[in-house]
This record gives sequence, structure tokens and C-alpha cells, in this order.
Amino acid sequence: MTDVTTTPTQAEKLDSAANRKARVMGGILIALALLVLFALDVVPGQSATFRLTTARDAIQLPNLVVPGAFNMVCAAILAFLGVRQFLEGGARWTSLSLGFGLLVLVLAFLVWATAGTAFNLTSMLKAAVLASVPIALGGLAGVMSERVAVVNIAIEGMLLAGAFAGALIGSLLGGWIGLVGAILVGGCFGLLLATLVVTFRMDQIIAGVVINLFVLGVTSYVSSQVFSEYRHLNNAKVFRAWEIPILSDIPVLGPMLFNQNLFVYGAFILVGVATYYLFHTKNGLRARAVGEHPRAADTLGIDVYITRYVHVTVAGMVAGFGGAFFTLGNVGRFEENMTNGRGYIGLAAMIFGRWHPVGALSAALIFGFADSIQQKLALLNTPIPSEFLAMAPYIATIIVVAGLVGRSRPPAADGKPYVKE
Amino acid sequence: MDVELRGITKRFGSVVANDNVNLTIRGGEVLGLLGENGAGKSTLMNMLSGLYAPDEGEILIDGKQVAFDGPSDGIEAGIGMVHQHFMLVPVFTVAENVVLGVEPTGQLGSIDMKRARRQVAEINEKYGLHVPPDALIEDLPVGIQQRVEILKVLFRSADVLILDEPTAVLTPQEVREFFGIVSMLKEAGKAIVFITHKLHEILEISDRVSVLRQGRITGEGDPKSLTEADLAEMMVGRPVSFTVDKTVADPGRPMIEMDKVTMLDETGEKVLDRVSMSVRAGEVVGVAGVQGNGQTELVEALSGIEKIASGKIIFDGEDISHATVRERHSLGMAHIPEDRHKSGMVESFTIAENMVLNNYYAPEYSKGWAIDWQKVAETAARFCIDFDVRTPSVFLPGRSLSGGNQQKMVVARELERETKLVIASQPTRGVDVGSIEYIHERLIASRDEGDGVLIVSSELDEIMGLSDRIYVMYDGRIVAEFDNTGGKADRNTIGLAMAGAHEGEGAAA
Repeated sequence: MTDVTTTPTQAEKLDSAANRKARVMGGILIALALLVLFALDVVPGQSATFRLTTARDAIQLPNLVVPGAFNMVCAAILAFLGVRQFLEGGARWTSLSLGFGLLVLVLAFLVWATAGTAFNLTSMLKAAVLASVPIALGGLAGVMSERVAVVNIAIEGMLLAGAFAGALIGSLLGGWIGLVGAILVGGCFGLLLATLVVTFRMDQIIAGVVINLFVLGVTSYVSSQVFSEYRHLNNAKVFRAWEIPILSDIPVLGPMLFNQNLFVYGAFILVGVATYYLFHTKNGLRARAVGEHPRAADTLGIDVYITRYVHVTVAGMVAGFGGAFFTLGNVGRFEENMTNGRGYIGLAAMIFGRWHPVGALSAALIFGFADSIQQKLALLNTPIPSEFLAMAPYIATIIVVAGLVGRSRPPAADGKPYVKE
Repeated sequence: MDVELRGITKRFGSVVANDNVNLTIRGGEVLGLLGENGAGKSTLMNMLSGLYAPDEGEILIDGKQVAFDGPSDGIEAGIGMVHQHFMLVPVFTVAENVVLGVEPTGQLGSIDMKRARRQVAEINEKYGLHVPPDALIEDLPVGIQQRVEILKVLFRSADVLILDEPTAVLTPQEVREFFGIVSMLKEAGKAIVFITHKLHEILEISDRVSVLRQGRITGEGDPKSLTEADLAEMMVGRPVSFTVDKTVADPGRPMIEMDKVTMLDETGEKVLDRVSMSVRAGEVVGVAGVQGNGQTELVEALSGIEKIASGKIIFDGEDISHATVRERHSLGMAHIPEDRHKSGMVESFTIAENMVLNNYYAPEYSKGWAIDWQKVAETAARFCIDFDVRTPSVFLPGRSLSGGNQQKMVVARELERETKLVIASQPTRGVDVGSIEYIHERLIASRDEGDGVLIVSSELDEIMGLSDRIYVMYDGRIVAEFDNTGGKADRNTIGLAMAGAHEGEGAAA
């Protein structure tokens, strides 16, 4: 602070947190540009072919052929965005630039990996939507409980419980009853969580972890001790895809969105319903008030405890439905720890989606896309070991969340128990 | 609508918060309810609004007995409370906050926001509240937020409005406007209960006054025939002097100087903007301002709790801009924090432990790694006597003390050593009148011993009474400076500066 030549305003400008962030992001973007330029360069003359339709589709689209020079363009765009961040410190555009930059990176990566061969883009997008379903439903369960200020780490356990109940009940009594069973079991764990944290004011994180460990232990035990002996208990009928007439004939979008199973439609409908409920109905307004300022809600005659009980239980039911996807919507059988952290990724989707159902769904689609990219590329014989490909979505998550989380804001009372006076 | 409280008693454990209280509230009248912090005003009003149930006694509305089971019953009966700490959801709009709990609904259970906005506008119009219905609460100044609270109870067609310490967060000018709204409500036939501990406000606005002390009504009457001294005696139980006896200051060398200090919050916003100020030896400097205009940050910068982004702080000739808290402390800086529960003491620690929180490592108390508890207890006992901390034992937890005694404990710890500068932030918040007098005397005594004293307070009366010089902060800047020798600074001009009127004009010293 001895430098008297800099005026205070300049010094402050350099020091402001937003500008520092803008510079860091600029650096990341420039690094990505170099990455695209040198690591993802395509041999001149080669091009990548993306198939958009299959021979069976009603409407045929020509293949999308991208020349290798596309990646040079990508590198230029990334470099431009990065330099712009540095020069203008454009705090307003930082997040947008980063998001766009990541998108460009993914495109460049796809072109590089597909160079010289052909690849069915539509089937990958369809798989991406499917992979995002449990994440979206987990994220939605998170939104429902955190909007009333209950932190829900137990989503992972609720998903797993839903998957287990779906498989067991579905094997015995049929898919529909299995689905209802999964929802009810999820709801029971929601109710348990609510009891622990609302009535007994247990630490919300610990209560969630307890539920996760409990569900993991019980289901793994039954799966290894009982299901291995009595295989008919773990052999449920899977919900098949329902083709929606006309809409499913739209190229690319049709197979992605309108030729999927019950769980995909369910996830989209639930997100719509939850958005309407939270932001347009009186009970939604009250629920959000409970999450933001429970005492204010209390003084207006809104019962904070009942509101929390109801919403956390509903969150459990949503997670139970999402869990059933793993068994009834996919393979029909339960396997040990088959949710494999999807509940936690759902929580990340909720935060990334700023505690909004649509945001959580969008984030889940991004995670699902990363997941399916990694699976498809493993088949394409890229020189990258598949373990590294599997890491990519999580690295992207870290960059995105670090770049955005500063601006998203959880409900003000999130995680705090409410004590009536 | 008339409300009568008869023989209301409320106990919390062994503590009697209200003892056989009788009170009448009439439509078209302002009832002033006066009492110190902890006298039982809020408890009484919480029973009237239905938040608590009384243990004994009855509540009559227009002669009929009622029993409330929760706040919604109170609202239904037409009783609305404007809480001291606003009950508003910061991320909701004004209209959303107003309709919360009684939402007009349209199709599919959706809220009819159009109707809500229209209803809000009607009440706005009728009482001249001028609140923008679509603004987010967090973007509004406190004065407007308070009107939203009033709007909220009016929307629920309340006939009785309980206003709990409504002026605590307002500038003198905002208090004027607020009184205008209160008169308008009174003319509309509403019954108003005005809770405060500020005597001149009671005399100005109320038609009748009731005084509570230790849960009991200790005085009632017509404010026209009462003086501030009468009210104070009813409130405290003995005659109280309002003026702090002090001689004219004899300032010496500068004790602390701030030179263009800027501080940023975590989002990079300026919370202190090129603040330059000084406190000289032997003078009391007051910092006035509406809460949240940088006073807290000023104290954090001086005491070293938060880092400054640029500028310089000189303490008795030494540059301490980047010194640690302990370094500043050992140079002779005493700091009485604004929130004793949060940063002034550890409630679960004993009084003895609390008394050496700032000094436990001194060779006096520590031999190597071990603390000499015998010595600590002796010292704490001496401090308690010196500073009138009333407790049966220094081994009781800090939380067992009353607010006033807790504050005196903090003051004792900070002042019972060689000091050069005393920073006192809200030194008498939530403290009884007796302790206030005592703390004020001690601060003046520090000044007379040659210390620099900096007082930050949201009570303008306190600033005016103690300070020799006054700074006014607004929006992270010092916008005005006043000489207050012999109390000559003008209250009204200070009030205008607090509201930002002096912006850019420089000091009027």
C-alpha cells in the first residue's frame, strides 16, 4: 500500500473478487484453447461423421459430416473468450463465457474422437436423457426438501431403497405395484428423515448419512444373502418404452424425448408440476417462506413443522420413484449399491440448478450427457484410457460449480432446525 | 375495537415474565407501552397476538372473552403485530410477503397475484404508505420494510396494531414520517399499541401510557401531565439522571488515525469507502448512522478482525494496517464488541474464564502451558467488584448473568488493563438503565485518563450524550463531522446526514 501512484479506484478494481474470478476463468478458457489446439487436433483431410437417423426411422436425415478444421475454429473461439475475460474483466459475462466455452470444448472433443469414423449421435443423446433421469429425480427430491430448509443427504439412500423395493415388490406383484411400493418406501424414508431432523432436531447431515448407510447395509445384505438364493425375488418386469405417435417421428428429438419409458416422462412431468407448485400456488409460496424465514411463516399462522414433514416426505417419494428407474426402468434386477452415487450427483444438480426444478433437470441433463459420452466413446477406440474418460464429467462439474456456485443462493434457513418460541 | 387484558400472568420456568397485568386498548387511540429491555413488554404483546398463551388471566375483545391457540387466531380476531425484527422474507416481493398465509387464489390453486397487487395498492393508497408492490424486500431500506410490515397487518384487516420498538431502526426523519402514518391509522379508528423504551417518543405520540417494570404495571397516565423524569422513575424504580456528567474534553495527540481505508465484502462490494477519521487522546468520538452503513465494518477494520483492501491505520504513531488482532490488543487497544453473545463472551464459559479471554496467555495467568486458575479466579472476583458485576460466584457460566451484568463483565475485561484506545460498539444495547449509567461513566473515566474513546451506537441519544465529536456514516462513507463540545451539535442536521442528505458535501464541523 506504499505505491502512491495508483489511485485507490484502480487498486480496488484489481482487488475486487469478481475481477479476480474473471481473470481465473480467462486463464481456464485460454488453457482449454491450447488443449483443443494441441491435444485435440485432427489430421488434415479427416472428417467426423455423425449419423442422425437410422434406416428404420420414418423421416431420414443426411449424415452430419464435420471437417477436422472445425477444431481450429473451436480453439480460436476459446482463445477469443479467454482473452476477452482478461482484457475487459467482463464480470457480467464470466459464467456465460465459461458455459459456452465448455460446450465448444465438448464439440471439439466429439469431433476429435470421431475423426475418420462414423458415430450415431441420436442414440447417444437418447442414452443421455435416460442417464439423467435418476439424477434429475434425485435433484428434484433435493429441491423439494431444501426449499423447506431440510438438507437432504439421504437422497442416495432413498434412491437405493426405491430401486430395491421396486425390484422386490415388482418381482412378486408386478411392475405397477412395484412402482407404487418403491414410491411408498421412499416416502417412508422421507418421513423418517423429517422425524429425525424436525421433531428430534438431529443434525441434518448426520441423519442423512445414517439413512444412507442403513439402506446400503440392509439392501446389500438381502441382495447377497437372499436374492442369490431365490432368484425369482429379483426378477421384475421392466417398463418398456412408450412411443408417442407423430411426435416420436421427429428426427433426433423424437427418439430422445418421445420414445422413452414411463420414468423419463414422469421426470419431465414432475419437474413441471413441481415448478408450478413452488412458484405459482399458495402452498408453494408458504413452503418457500418456511425455507427462507420460518419464524415469519410461523407468525402468519403457517405450521412450519407440518410443512417440513409433508415436503420431506414427498421428496422421499420422488426419490423412491427415481430409484425404481434403476430396476423397473432399466435392468429389472437389483444389484448391490446400484445407484452408485447418483443421489449425490442429484444434489450437485440441485445446487448447480439453483434450487429450481427446471435448473436441476437441466443440470441433470448435462451430467447425463457427460455420462453417455463417456460410455459411447469407450467404444470408439480413442487413445485416452476409459478411466480418464470416466473422470471427465466430474472435472467438468468441478469447473462449472466453482464458476457458478458463488452466485447461487440456497434457501436462507437451509439446514437450520426451527425452534418455536 | 376495544381490547382488555385482565390479570395476565405468564411464567417461563421460575421466571415471572408478566405478573397480574391489566391493560386496556381502545380504538382510535395510541397506547404507549414503556419499559426497559426484559420488563415483559414483548411477552405481554406476544400473548395478545396469540403467540403465547397466558398462564392466568383473560383477554376480552369488545367485552367478550377470547382464547387464542396460535398466531392465526390472533390475526383472525383482528390483532396484528409488527415485530421488532421484521418478519419478512427477503427474497420475496412486497406483494408476496403481504399475502403470505392469506393468498387470494385463482384456478388450480394458483395465487392470483393480480388481485393481490390490486389489494396492496388499495391499502397503500388509503394510508399513504407508498410501498412498491413488486420490489424485493432485500432491495428496500428498513424504513420501507417497516411499512410493508404495517401493510401486512392491515391486509389482514387488523383493528389493533401492536408496534414493537418500531423506531429502533429508523433515522430521526424516518421517525417523523412513521409518526405521520401512525396518526393516519389512529384517525382511521385503529387501536395502536406503541412499544418503546424511548421516553420522548411516548410523550410525543401516545394518548395514554402504561409503564411495565419487572413484569408489573408500575405506572399509568396521560402523557400530557407527565414528564420524562416521571416516566423514567416509573420505568426504573428510582430517579435517573439522563445527562452524563463530563467536563470539556482536552484532546491531545492523535491516538488512532484512519487514512482512506477501503474494505470489501466477499462479493467485492465496498463496505468501507475511503474512510478517513481520527480519535485523539482524551476525547470521545461518536459514530452515528443507521444500522448497516459501515459502522460494524469500521470497527472490524480498526480492531483487525477483517482485512482492509487499501488505506492506512496508524495507532499512536505506529502503522497497524496489517497488524493482527493480538498485536493491536497488546499495543493497548480495547474493544467492546457490538454483539456480546456472538463475539464478546463465551456463554458456556464461567465468568472467571470470560474475564481472561483476552489475557489468559499473559505470564500473570500462565506458567508454560498451564493456566493458574487460582490467580484467574482472584482477578475475576476483583474485576466483578470494580465493575459492579453482580453474581454470587465467578464460577457460574456467563449466561447466568443478566444482559447488563454480562455487558459490564465484557467492559471490565477490556478496561481493566493499560489501554490507549477504547472502541465501544453498541456498548449499552439490551442493557438496563442502571448499567447504562455505569458503563457511560466508565467510558468517560477512560477518556479523562487520557484514552481515546470511539463509540459506535445506533442510539443517537447515546452518541449525542457522550461524544465530544461526532462522525456520521452513510453507505460505507463518513459523510459528515460535527463538533459536539457542550452538546452543541444539532440533532436534526445529524439526522439528515444519517439519511444521506449530506452526501458529497463534506464536513460541517
